[in-house]
Amino acid sequence: MSDTQQWLTVLLIGIATILTRFIIFWIFPPTKRPPAFIEYLGKVLPAAAIALILVYSLKDIDLTSFPFALPEAISILAIVLIQKWRRNTLLSVVSGTITYMFLIQAVF
Amino acid sequence: MKQALKEAFPLTLPIMAGYVFLGISFGLLATSQSISALLTVIMSLFIYSGATQFTAVNLLIASFDPIGSFLLAVMVSARHIFYGITMLPIYSQLSGWKKNYAIFALTDETFSLNVATAVPKNVNKNWFYFLTSFLNQSYWVIGTMIGVFLEKIIVFNIEGIEFILVAMFVAIFTEQWLSAEDHKPALLGLGGSLLMLVVFGSTHFMIPAMLFIIISLLIIEPKIRGEESV
Repeated sequence: MSDTQQWLTVLLIGIATILTRFIIFWIFPPTKRPPAFIEYLGKVLPAAAIALILVYSLKDIDLTSFPFALPEAISILAIVLIQKWRRNTLLSVVSGTITYMFLIQAVF
Repeated sequence: MKQALKEAFPLTLPIMAGYVFLGISFGLLATSQSISALLTVIMSLFIYSGATQFTAVNLLIASFDPIGSFLLAVMVSARHIFYGITMLPIYSQLSGWKKNYAIFALTDETFSLNVATAVPKNVNKNWFYFLTSFLNQSYWVIGTMIGVFLEKIIVFNIEGIEFILVAMFVAIFTEQWLSAEDHKPALLGLGGSLLMLVVFGSTHFMIPAMLFIIISLLIIEPKIRGEESV
């Protein structure tokens, strides 16, 4: 691929990405009240969407060979428990990540 | 604006760690595939989507395929439509260039931060959402630049730090679970995503999962269904 072709490809990928981010806002401008089902989805989607991103972020985990995603499972359990205990997102995130780094560097 | 910055900045700290690290990885990867430093940084400025940019590296080293590249980018980014529907009531209240920028910069992480945060009444929403978006992109671009300019940065062993993004989603999911009365949306999201992951595999499950979630959420709300059929 030549330099020009690379730049053109990046331009197209950029346009595609921008399109997916703006399209909903073009369809439903602020002057137009969105239909009831869109407002309903706006209320219930956040929880469902976070669950989807969570699965997306874990999609390439290898469950079939050692260590069978044990570092991930242990760290996630730690995050849930710490969040339940202190309700402090930053604390849960940092301690969960340190747990994970320790597990994959020193244990598994 | 100061008040908004005070509110927004601490919330972006976990994303800072994740984005700087991922940005470094992206910068190192792209330039190691002989993509120019300038184009690598421009991708982080103009595309600004981790999943899409890592995919783009593979496209840029293959033979020229403008239509295929465009369609693949739409597929990888389709989840943004989903975030748009969720943020519609909030972002529609914003105005001007800050609104346009916030829509442009709505990444997975910025979305997860924004939906989990109730902006206090004394804070300007335009500035708040602009700042969370802008700070996050700054971390991403700075990380990319570090990756481009330095071959290796080994201060201590940072293997596994990318887990910070997973950790953030887990913490936010848990917090939403603890503060919600109705757990059906969360359970549908989790169950539907896992089901589609098993059925379609990790590269193709996002779009079926989104459709499954939206349709099943509409089905469990009879009032909405009734209005739809009128």
